[in-house]
Amino acid sequence: MICLTRRYRFAASHRLHSPRLSEDENRTLYGKCNNPFGHGHDYTLEVSVRGPIDRRTGRVASLSALDRLVDEQVIRAFDHRNLNVEVPAFGALVPTSENLTIEIRDRLGANWKRAFPEGGAVLERVRLHETRRNTFELMGTV
Amino acid sequence: MFITRRVEFSASHVCRHPDLTDEENEALYGVAARLHGHGHNFVVEVTLEGEPDPVTGMVFDLKRLKEILNEEVVRPFDHRFLNLEVPPFDRIVPTPENLAVEIWRRVAPRLAGEPARLHSVRVRETEDLHVDYFGGGE
Repeated sequence: MICLTRRYRFAASHRLHSPRLSEDENRTLYGKCNNPFGHGHDYTLEVSVRGPIDRRTGRVASLSALDRLVDEQVIRAFDHRNLNVEVPAFGALVPTSENLTIEIRDRLGANWKRAFPEGGAVLERVRLHETRRNTFELMGTV
Repeated sequence: MFITRRVEFSASHVCRHPDLTDEENEALYGVAARLHGHGHNFVVEVTLEGEPDPVTGMVFDLKRLKEILNEEVVRPFDHRFLNLEVPPFDRIVPTPENLAVEIWRRVAPRLAGEPARLHSVRVRETEDLHVDYFGGGE
């Protein structure tokens, strides 16, 4: 089995605040991430693709197809955006990196077959680094 | 327990398939298809799996692993044009995927009969791209 991992970057702002909690509870739970004016990160995203190596091309997947998919579904949607305001999924959902990782996994998964119509390659894992100290990881479902 | 040793080599390669047109190669491999080749500082991480020996406290002698990796990977690959100088890359495209499989093929027999077994080979072509090979299936 071979697994290829490609790294991408995007910068975005967010505020962690749950409408289901009181102001005090939000401040206690999210700390400085609850700052009413928001804050931002340089996110690093690692996307891992698993599959057999195509004998002819020597590739597990087309890197240009992967780049296009990630650019279209993640970079263009999130880069230099305010996640709470500009990404519909985070209208009701708190844009924690847990929820952001799920959103990225689901966006890639929903468009995977269109990006890789020839099949073979599957989404193995999505890993999101919010900072150098905080990393979130989800296995793929396609 | 897993133990990992890292080695590096600098080499040039070109990723293009002789049966494909220039346009098809460009679409498939991007700038890596440019005819005259380009280079990378490849990083190889070889991971062995085993239990620490009760006497030595080691899963495997890392000095020996370093020697094996120097003989099988660094010496044949470092400062070479992979397509022209390092078989089988005269016949198969030297993608990081194929490099990982070839490094596995070279290293695995050197560990035959040892208590530690080869678990994975990671080839890092750039900071933004690496592959992990766990053996089999090729």
